[in-house]
Amino acid sequence: MTPRKDLLDIASLTDAEIAFVLDNAVPFKELFKRSVKKVPTLKGQTMLTLFYEPSTRTRSSFEVAASRLSADVTHFDIESSSVVKGESVLDTVETLEAMRVDYIVVRHKQAGIPNLIAKNTRASVINAGDGWHAHPTQALLDAFTLREIHKDLRGCRALIVGDIQHSRVARSTSLIFRRLGMQVAYLAPGSMMPREVPEEIPQFGNWRDAFEWKPDVIYLLRVQGERMDEPFIPSSAEYHRNYGLTDERVKVLRERGLHLMHPGPVNRGVEITDAGMNYEKCLINQQVENGIAVRMSVLYWLRPGAVGSGAGNLASNPAVSHSAT
Amino acid sequence: MSGTERTLLTQAQMAAGVQALAESILAANPGAACIALVGVFTRGVPLAKRIAAEMEKLGGIQVLVGTIDITQYRDDLNTFQMVPKLEGSDIAFDIDDLNVVLCDEVIYTGRSVRAALDELLNFGRPKRVQLAVLVDRCGREYPVQPDFSALKVALAPGERVAVRFTEVDGQDACTVETQASTR
Repeated sequence: MTPRKDLLDIASLTDAEIAFVLDNAVPFKELFKRSVKKVPTLKGQTMLTLFYEPSTRTRSSFEVAASRLSADVTHFDIESSSVVKGESVLDTVETLEAMRVDYIVVRHKQAGIPNLIAKNTRASVINAGDGWHAHPTQALLDAFTLREIHKDLRGCRALIVGDIQHSRVARSTSLIFRRLGMQVAYLAPGSMMPREVPEEIPQFGNWRDAFEWKPDVIYLLRVQGERMDEPFIPSSAEYHRNYGLTDERVKVLRERGLHLMHPGPVNRGVEITDAGMNYEKCLINQQVENGIAVRMSVLYWLRPGAVGSGAGNLASNPAVSHSAT
Repeated sequence: MSGTERTLLTQAQMAAGVQALAESILAANPGAACIALVGVFTRGVPLAKRIAAEMEKLGGIQVLVGTIDITQYRDDLNTFQMVPKLEGSDIAFDIDDLNVVLCDEVIYTGRSVRAALDELLNFGRPKRVQLAVLVDRCGREYPVQPDFSALKVALAPGERVAVRFTEVDGQDACTVETQASTR
C-alpha cells in the first residue's frame, strides 16, 4: 500500500486503505499477548501529542501505540505553554517543525485545524478529533471491533444513539460503517438530530421504533455537555428516561443478543447504566484495547514527508482561520 | 520480462535438498526430544513445513513449526516505496530452552536473519538457534552463517535467486534471474 502523510478523516480514505489499516491491526493486536509487546518499527522517530481539548483515553491510547512501535513520545502541554499567551496554531507548528518531530497527533475544538497543521509541516498529522468534524481513528477502531464479531459487516445494522448533531464520533463512525456495507440508523431527540441526514439513514425519535428496525449493534454516544452552547435537553434524567440505555432496554438487548458499543468515557446514569456497562455483549473494553492496535496500524502506514495527504473536503465545516489559537 | 533465467535446482533436487536438510538437522541435534522450526515469511514458511514433514518421517523426535514476520525489523523499511502488508508472527509454543531452527529459502546479505533473530528473541530464550536455508548464495554483509544449506553458490550482485514453492507460488522451482535489481 502506498503510504500517506496524514490521516485527517475517513471520507478521504479509499476502501483499500481502510482494509489495509484494519487488516494490519490484527497482527498488532496479537503482539499484546506476548511478554514483549514491542516492535522496533518507529525506532528513532518522535510522536508528539498536541491536544487543545481535554482527552483521557485517546491521548493515552496514541501514546501506548507509539511506545509499542518504539517511537519516542512527547506531549506539548497546552496549559503551561505560550499557547495560553495567544500563540497561534501555526506559530506552535513552526516550533514543532524546528523540533523535527515525525508524527503530530492533534485534537482541537475547531474543525479543520488538523488539516491546517498538516499543510504546514513535514510531519505526519493524525486527527484525534476536531470539533464536530472527524475522529478517524475512533471510526477505524469501531469498525475493527465490530469486524471481530461479524467477519463480513455487509448488511449488519448499527443504531447510533444520542447527540449525533454535535458528535464527530457519530460522523466518522457512521461513515466508515456505511463504507463497509453496513446499514446505519440514528436515534436522537430532535434537538440532537443533524439537520441534513442522508436519505438512506433512518431517523428514530424513540427506542420502540428503533428496535423495530432490528439493529445488530447499539452504538451509544456520550452526552457531550461541554460541546453544547445551550442546553439541548431539559435534564439528564429526562434524557436517560427517553434516550438512555435503561435497565429495561438492556433486557431487550440481552433477549435479542445485540452488541453494545460506546466511544467512552461514559456518563453513568445518563446514556448508560451499570447494567449496560456490565452487559456481557458490551464491547467497550474491546474498543479500548483495539484502539491501540488500530493506532499502531495507522502509525505504521503513515510516512512523514510522503506525498499523499488525507485532507478531505471541509466545505461543510466552519472556516479555518490562520489566527486560530 | 527482461533478463535471463536459469535453473539452479530442479524439482527433484529441491526435494532431495529438503530431505538432506531434515537429516542434517536431526544429526546436529542428538538427544533433543523436541526441535522447533520457525519459517521466515514468505517462503521460509513452506520450507519449514516441508523440513518438518521429512523430520517426522525419520521419526524419534517432536517437531514444532512456527512462523515469523520480519517486516518491522527490517533495517530498510523506511526506504520501501510501498508499506508492506503485515502477516504477523505465529509461534504458538514456548521457545524457552528449545532448540530452534530458523528456516529461510535463501541467505544473501544476512540482514533478514539478523531481523529474524531480533523478532524470535521476543518470544523467549531458546537453548540454541540454528539456521537452515535451501540456497546460500554468499555475499554476506553481516557476520551470520547458516548451519545447514542444501546448496552453496557464489553469484554476481546483479543476479537474484528465485525460489518458488507450490504452496505459495503454484509450482516448485529454484532459478537464478539476471536483471537489474528493483530493490
